[in-house]
Amino acid sequence: MAVAVTRAPARPFARPKAEHGFWSWISTVDHKRIGILYGVTAFLFFLVGGIEALLIRGQLAQPNGKVLTADEYNQLFTMHGTTMVFLVIMPLAAAFGNYFVPILIGARDVAFPRLNAFGYWVFLAGGGLLYSSFLFGGAPNGGWFGYAPQTNPTFSPGHGIDFWLVGLVVTGIGSLTAAANFIVTTLNLRAPGMTLMRMPVFVWMNLVVSFLLLFAIPIITVALFELYFDRNFGSNFFNANLGGDPVLWQHLFWLFGHPEVYILILPAMGIVSEVLPVFSRKPLFGYSVVVFSGIAIGFMGWGVWAHHMFAVGLGPVANSAFAASTMFIAVPTGVKIFNWLATTWGGDLRLKTPMLFALGFIGMFTIGGLSGVTHSIVPSDYQQTDTYYIVAHFHYVLFGGAIFGLFSGAYYWAPVVTGKLLDEKLGKAHFWLMLIGFNLTFGPMHVLGLQGQPRRTYQYPKGMGWDFWNLISTIGALTIALSILMFIINILKTARNPERAPQDPWDGRTLEWTIPTPPPEYNFAEIPVVHSRDDFWHRKYTEDETGRLVRIPAGGSDDAEDHEHHGHEEHGHGHGIHMPSPSYFPALASLGIMIVGYGAIYLKSGHWWLMAIGGVVVLAGIFGWGNEPLAEEH
Amino acid sequence: MQAAIGHAPHTPAPGDHDYAVTGIDSRKLGMWGFLASECLFFGALISSHLLYRARAPQGVKIPHDVYDIPYTSVSSFVLLMSSLTMVLALAAIQRNDHRRLRIWLLATAFLGTVFIGGQVYEFTVFTHHGVNLSSSVAASSFFVLTGFHGVHVTVGILWLLSLVGISLRGKLPTENHLQVEIAGLYWHFVDVVWILIFTVVYLVPNKH
Repeated sequence: MAVAVTRAPARPFARPKAEHGFWSWISTVDHKRIGILYGVTAFLFFLVGGIEALLIRGQLAQPNGKVLTADEYNQLFTMHGTTMVFLVIMPLAAAFGNYFVPILIGARDVAFPRLNAFGYWVFLAGGGLLYSSFLFGGAPNGGWFGYAPQTNPTFSPGHGIDFWLVGLVVTGIGSLTAAANFIVTTLNLRAPGMTLMRMPVFVWMNLVVSFLLLFAIPIITVALFELYFDRNFGSNFFNANLGGDPVLWQHLFWLFGHPEVYILILPAMGIVSEVLPVFSRKPLFGYSVVVFSGIAIGFMGWGVWAHHMFAVGLGPVANSAFAASTMFIAVPTGVKIFNWLATTWGGDLRLKTPMLFALGFIGMFTIGGLSGVTHSIVPSDYQQTDTYYIVAHFHYVLFGGAIFGLFSGAYYWAPVVTGKLLDEKLGKAHFWLMLIGFNLTFGPMHVLGLQGQPRRTYQYPKGMGWDFWNLISTIGALTIALSILMFIINILKTARNPERAPQDPWDGRTLEWTIPTPPPEYNFAEIPVVHSRDDFWHRKYTEDETGRLVRIPAGGSDDAEDHEHHGHEEHGHGHGIHMPSPSYFPALASLGIMIVGYGAIYLKSGHWWLMAIGGVVVLAGIFGWGNEPLAEEH
Repeated sequence: MQAAIGHAPHTPAPGDHDYAVTGIDSRKLGMWGFLASECLFFGALISSHLLYRARAPQGVKIPHDVYDIPYTSVSSFVLLMSSLTMVLALAAIQRNDHRRLRIWLLATAFLGTVFIGGQVYEFTVFTHHGVNLSSSVAASSFFVLTGFHGVHVTVGILWLLSLVGISLRGKLPTENHLQVEIAGLYWHFVDVVWILIFTVVYLVPNKH
């Protein structure tokens, strides 16, 4: 960037110089390190959310459970849902997006590296705000969708709901900046020849998700602000006594909430679309159809929100319209499933751990998708609403779908990030335990739901016929916990194992396998020129007259070695490659936002001064940010 | 894209930070993305107001009863004129005329401030008529919508003033005219939103 620096700019701190250790992580603007930060943080939140789930299952293992009180139970299911959606699946998708989108399109970084760091730190601030509620008088307990009027000050005194409102607004800021950053990066920073229809499907799905975030986040932000104003400034948006309409909350929430469902699942669909071709040694079947189905889901996702509200009483016309649109959206989703199956059909399948998770994704997601279609039948949905059948359904799509897909990505891409392969034996143990545990946990919930067990109820009486399946479900949850333990052991074992993975361990198809692992700061010593979809594959293989794959002899076209060579030469500070310099200011501005958040939460207790202090910190962050050039001149 | 002005044109290559496949500078594209998001933000607030605009307990005034359309028309006109001065500011820096850039930026900020002053006065008058944030859902949705718009204008004013400050310190050279253009995009957006709010909220008749 051509920034003329004539004299030392005014700034509160010297530019960070550390390349290792704590401060280097605080100040990093490298998309790969930010991706790692997202991934590690989200995995820790995943463990916390999992412990919450185990406590819930412990409580429900037997009738009249005594493990938790009703209030504790409410807090735990609220935080479990909020955590898994906002602090686990979304940031895990952001982790993969951050690390791999620039590499997959042949770029050296994202379009706005400091904004990228800011997005992570704001997400962390939001998560910190949410979880600190446990220390300050109790966590939010209104459910992850926080229905009015349950959340108004009369029914929810205390600050729990305020923590939820402010925490979600803050994480929303992070999602919004990340979305804008991904859109610009994907549109503007593609390497020469990387046309839109040559982009890996993961990049496409990440782009669709970014647009969904861009349009969905402001809607929930408005809903959260309206409720915040009701609770703290005496407005009446959801106060039925003065004509406020609690159904408005539901509309705003689900107008965000349904696109959010696709925000959660599309990145996993993208990962699976990368993994299946590699382990089938075939190109993705119907690439353009998969891409356009993803885009179609992105559009149609805006027209189905009221299927979450069939039982509210919107009337037969609205219910029928949303029932029809809900059935329609199953079409592009089904198309994708058939494309994935066709990709594996006749392929040279290698059942490595990433492939197992991808296949598990297809199976479990299909079950969840089908139970979802049953909700679109309005009279049937009247029976299912607020029962465990719903809980079963969305865990099949979000755990069986999103989490399986994300684990597939973790095993698949670990060699790029760490330079090492995760252990196959432990990986397979992880997969099978998780598959069995998952089905034991959530399969029986279909039965329990159809038998009428209501969700969000902390105890159930004896003699309802629910005891057996609840116990099975709890055993399943413990099995899932065991499988996650396998994953943790696998990580620790791999970290100690000195053996390095080969350059291209899976015989991959895309650009991330052409660079040294872990990648240098600048990713590509030389920006690649892309000639086709699955470019790397076509550099390695050609077809003979009979259509059989023939390996191109190593030599002129083997760019991988060439790149590695360059990589070593330019290790440290690649001369000629100008990367953005680290900065403290994104983290500082986020810290300010967190302080403002506490001020907002405790506004009624007279702690407005916290907002003032936080505001000054935010301004200092922005001031410093604006005054330092993106990259220091050397 | 505007033609590069004055200095030798710098052609970004792939891998450079200012490389742009679409030909639209990344910062500008990012601002368009943000503004797209803002459309939904104001869209949700306006929808809330449309739902609630006539809802109040018996005998309680709604905002529509206390609107002073001529007064608000004048302040709306002031805000619209600020878009003109914003365009003049951008034209000035593109002509390499930094004195006029600062004059027009200050004029834009001044007109924005007049608008905000008008809004504060309007809110005060409404409160004296018993229309406040808590008096009815109609009023709640009115104040939150127009209040958030006012916050956006205020942020814009601070942005314009910092540009003036940067320019005074000699750090807004002509080749950085994009910084003014991006601030202008934001400013015009906030004006356009006001046209919508003024039409839908103030001018469309209301049954109580």
